[in-house]
Amino acid sequence: MDEMNITSAQYQQNSILNDSDELVLDGINHSVKATIDGVQMHIPLDPDNRHYAAILEWVAEGNTIQDAD
Amino acid sequence: MSKAAELAALIGSQTALSNRNLIINGAMQVDQRNTTVTTSAYSCDRWFVHKTNFDELVFAADQDTTSPDGFSNSLKVAVTTAETALASDELFYIRYQIEGQDLQHLNYGTSSAKSIILSFYVRSSLTGKYSILFYEPTDTRSNTQSFTINSANTWEYKTITIDGDTIGSLTNDNTGQFQFYITLAAGTDYAGTPHSGWGAYTATDDYAFSDQVDFSAQTGTFYLTGVQLELGEQATPFEHRSFGDELARCQRYYYQTQNSENSVHTQRSYNNSNSYIGSLAYPVTMRATPSFSAQTNTITLPGISNTTGTFSTHSITRHNALIEIAPASDAGAYTYTVIAKSNAMKFDAEL
Repeated sequence: MDEMNITSAQYQQNSILNDSDELVLDGINHSVKATIDGVQMHIPLDPDNRHYAAILEWVAEGNTIQDAD
Repeated sequence: MSKAAELAALIGSQTALSNRNLIINGAMQVDQRNTTVTTSAYSCDRWFVHKTNFDELVFAADQDTTSPDGFSNSLKVAVTTAETALASDELFYIRYQIEGQDLQHLNYGTSSAKSIILSFYVRSSLTGKYSILFYEPTDTRSNTQSFTINSANTWEYKTITIDGDTIGSLTNDNTGQFQFYITLAAGTDYAGTPHSGWGAYTATDDYAFSDQVDFSAQTGTFYLTGVQLELGEQATPFEHRSFGDELARCQRYYYQTQNSENSVHTQRSYNNSNSYIGSLAYPVTMRATPSFSAQTNTITLPGISNTTGTFSTHSITRHNALIEIAPASDAGAYTYTVIAKSNAMKFDAEL
């Protein structure tokens, strides 16, 4: 596993229109927005993706992926 | 090599006359990132340069035109600030990985496991012994070999034969099941007396030979090109593939739009003045779902040139991505957005 410096991570969700025609999050995490080695990336939830694999290791070390907002 | 010898080599090899090189971008022609790497990262496509725990070492890795006869490019790793003293936990290497599903014909893990041979052209300012670790990550097995640079700053051709591993198997999937590391420097935590041939991997003994050179200890340059890994025990002449062929193979692992020629056209979302969405298909199906990043956040909107904005993925697959752009200024409903040429979008599915 490559060493990656992860400094932030937050789940991302898509926006949908609710019954009031307002944009709201759809409640489904589709990716993680993370800063790795100083670069902001959008990382899919695919364990075969090396960045997501690094995030899973980062979480296993006690770090937390922030909820989508 | 004479023509007769080349023919004899081809006939004597156990491999095909074409598509025999298991290495992608062995001639270092493709460099989509086109940047000089100074931290652990991919440089020329598929080639990863890494350093661990160094205090002073500064290196620069990039594609270079210094090359032996018959080649146009090489991967250059230059030490620009040397490490005063190599600590035990310091490690410096070039790495290459191959998917397991591309190596099933080697029959690893069976009694009929086949030998392979690595050949390459190398040039270094530092003479001496360099280690190459061949590694199977799933079964944590290794086979450490070496080569010697005999003359400083001179291209030399090297071949290394690797016996088939009858015990360690290579999972038939899209993950990196076979790796090799060209060691440039290794502290005592990583250097020792490796076992002969394939065996269980132990970092303290099997990563590198203890009499390996320390390339981090002085400023200098290390060049690599013409890397070929093929079936059999007889190295054949490097298989030159077209640039387009190599590029497409590389794009399975990494794709980067180049200037404005590959911009994505988007349209404003309904009821969201700050959201423009457009689909972008990759040239080839990628190995895994890629990570996405944008080189800069400068975009061009009709009537609002060179504004800023943020990029994200609305959805992303191995085949395409739905890109969402949030410009700082709204260009109005139903307006096309064209990403400026300074803004490369990067899709990374590397191993």
